[in-house]
Amino acid sequence: MDLPTFWFLLIAVLWLGYFFLEGFDFGVGMLLGLGTKDERERRVLINTIGPIWDGNEVWVIVAIGATFAAFPDWYASLLSGAYLPVLFVLLALIGRGVAFEYRGKVDSARWRRNWDRVIAIGSWVPPLGWGFIITATVTGLPIDINGDLRGGPIDLIRPETVLGALALAGFSLLHGAVFLALKTDGDIRWRMQRFATRYGALLLLPGAGLLWSVQIGQGSTWTAAVAGIATLASVAALLLVRRGQVGRSFALLGVMLASVLVVLFGSLYPNVMPSTIDPLFDLTVAGAASSPYTLTVMSWVAAFGTPAVLLYQGWTYWVFRRRISTAQIPPVRVP
Amino acid sequence: MEILDVARWQFGITTVYHFLMVPLTIGLALLVAIMQTIWHRTGDPKYLAMTKFWGKLMLINFAMGVVTGIVQEFQFGMNWSAYSRFVGDVFGAPLAMEGLVAFFVESTFLGLWIFGWDRVSKRVHLASIWAAALATVASAYFILAANSWMQHPVGVEIGPDGDPQLNSIWALLTNSTVLAAFPHTLAGSLAVAGTVLIGISAWHLARRHRHSPVDDPDRQVWHTSLRFGGWVGVAAFAAVAVSGDFQAKLMFDQQPMKMAAAEALCESEEPAGFSIFAIGDLSDPHCGNVSSVTVPALLSFLAEGDFESEVQGIEELVPAYQEKYGSHYPVDERLGELSGMPIDYVPSLPVTYWGFRLMIGFGVVAALGAAAGLWLTRGGRLPKGRWFAPVALASIATPFLANSFGWIFTEMGRQPFVVVPNPTGVDGVFMYTASAVSPGVSLGEALFSLVALTLVYAALAVVELFLLIKYARAGVEGVMRPPWQDPPADSDEGSTEPEKKDPDVLAFAY
Repeated sequence: MDLPTFWFLLIAVLWLGYFFLEGFDFGVGMLLGLGTKDERERRVLINTIGPIWDGNEVWVIVAIGATFAAFPDWYASLLSGAYLPVLFVLLALIGRGVAFEYRGKVDSARWRRNWDRVIAIGSWVPPLGWGFIITATVTGLPIDINGDLRGGPIDLIRPETVLGALALAGFSLLHGAVFLALKTDGDIRWRMQRFATRYGALLLLPGAGLLWSVQIGQGSTWTAAVAGIATLASVAALLLVRRGQVGRSFALLGVMLASVLVVLFGSLYPNVMPSTIDPLFDLTVAGAASSPYTLTVMSWVAAFGTPAVLLYQGWTYWVFRRRISTAQIPPVRVP
Repeated sequence: MEILDVARWQFGITTVYHFLMVPLTIGLALLVAIMQTIWHRTGDPKYLAMTKFWGKLMLINFAMGVVTGIVQEFQFGMNWSAYSRFVGDVFGAPLAMEGLVAFFVESTFLGLWIFGWDRVSKRVHLASIWAAALATVASAYFILAANSWMQHPVGVEIGPDGDPQLNSIWALLTNSTVLAAFPHTLAGSLAVAGTVLIGISAWHLARRHRHSPVDDPDRQVWHTSLRFGGWVGVAAFAAVAVSGDFQAKLMFDQQPMKMAAAEALCESEEPAGFSIFAIGDLSDPHCGNVSSVTVPALLSFLAEGDFESEVQGIEELVPAYQEKYGSHYPVDERLGELSGMPIDYVPSLPVTYWGFRLMIGFGVVAALGAAAGLWLTRGGRLPKGRWFAPVALASIATPFLANSFGWIFTEMGRQPFVVVPNPTGVDGVFMYTASAVSPGVSLGEALFSLVALTLVYAALAVVELFLLIKYARAGVEGVMRPPWQDPPADSDEGSTEPEKKDPDVLAFAY
């Protein structure tokens, strides 16, 4: 495998890590507004992801940074081309990041309600936005020979990109509910399990649509096989959550997500971003890549960095593995 | 208004705003790690109280530093896509390293530190604050390496498509510019943290402990914090001065125009005097009407380390730049009204001249404040006069201002370049700011994002300041339950919180 292809794969893996990890903590943020009864329950939800959400978010920072280093043309075309969606995601992430930290710092119902709104918006917008943006890079943007967007932001709105937005939001919501069924105890745990059982199929529907449309439009025989795996994994995940085997369901949702991303990025290769104006303007893996020297240096950094990250992040998940319920939440204490 | 102006305003606002949070985070994280280490070694509850109190302020501020930093990484692609395409092969590498090597460690171990008080051993807990603190330092290094490359491109050759290509990552990471900028910035960050310690401690001492006995535990916390901040401040300012001098000498070689502008030095002088302040019309691009109050020959010393050398002035540098890098912008519709126009190689004189002076001036004021704080609290004493606390509180602003003006000076001083040509480097490795903006982005989009981000920043600045003041005023009782000063004999730290007695209740929860 040549270096640009390796980096294309690595960036896909970084997105996978991001959607898997932050996927469930976005879901928890969405459920904060949907699935809680009182303040104590909301605090339970926030504390299930308290120690880890910030580490999860770094996956996207590294995915974008790695794109800058390995495929500058892709980075430049995607971020300037999807300018407004990227901006909305950034604004949402700004609000969400401070909301977790600031929400409990003042003991006032109004204060907390406002920050809960920020968390909810900050948890809905990024998966919608990223789903939109990633689908746009897979299915193409109206870019000219220099990689610059022709037309306006309206040209980005197409059936596939909208489907992509809904797909990632739906996945995140389900993933969050299953995660909470795994991480909480008491009433919330059963409620989340019920939620996942009842709405799981509905939440995965846009993802199925996206998979189907990409497979029809750009897929090949082998991506069809992977799409089959995705379908099987999602069916199994839904059945298992119904039977209360939440841990396995959570893992299978990961398998499903991975298969979907393999189909998306697999049908994208050897492009990194097709042009909807003219195939001649497609950005390709080979054409958009950095020099062999830069890729070699970065490969060494990744070779040592990535396993280390997996090790210590995995370890923190182990440290905070206990289930949390309303009984463990200490009273509010602010100056 | 052109998209170039909007993109520059957005970059400037985002960077300066981000750099209000970052130095405080870097400085406080290191100081909190040291405090916790002392507590770990001595078991003195005073240091636990300090760790928790200053740690809380660090966390309130950290959240803002993180979220404003995300924008930085994205705006190169959003607003400066032409720049990203031109330099991506070089500039992306340190950015990706910052993420992979620093941000992951920082966020993961900070999460472990915040929530881990009762979940990991004391030793691991201490190690996690050090991991997070050192990662903030590493992150500063990588981002400064990226910035330094824009100030002084090294380690590159011209690739087949005419863009610079990295040929030595080692050269990039050991760029003389970053070797000077890194200690300067790190010391600036510690100066910020030191001044914050002094200001808040002085306020608590003045408000509560005018008549407290010397052994009052709360008085001891603030007295120790103040002296700790004082020593850090004084040492940091010495390091700022030394590294700044080193940096200035490099800049006379690497970016002579920036230093000539910083001095409003029109004609070359031999020896050259250092301008204290200037009278006249600085906005005149050729500074003909400016007269300065100067210290004779000091500028020659700053530039070359002796009192005789010639320092080049603007009038001599402009033709040299024109000859080397061209006198007119290329004719290109993307450059808008600048297309085909003559290139103005002189950066904004009022901004660079006063930016440089305000950076140094505010730094000196802050240094004097730290020294005064140390002198007034020597031997367990408290400052007698009522003026000390308000002055110390107000002086918290000075190192922040010095840092901001430093960045404004260094970034505005390199205009009209975004990548400044290296006088001894490869020809053709430079870029005009005007050619760096995204061609595919509309003015409306850029304006919208400028307004949206600025409004969000403004709102969050109010919230952060409100919370910082609230928790700073509350003191140790705001983060620990009294009587924090004497924990039960059989306990580790966590038991200073009575909730801990129930093993099921989380020691820390949002």
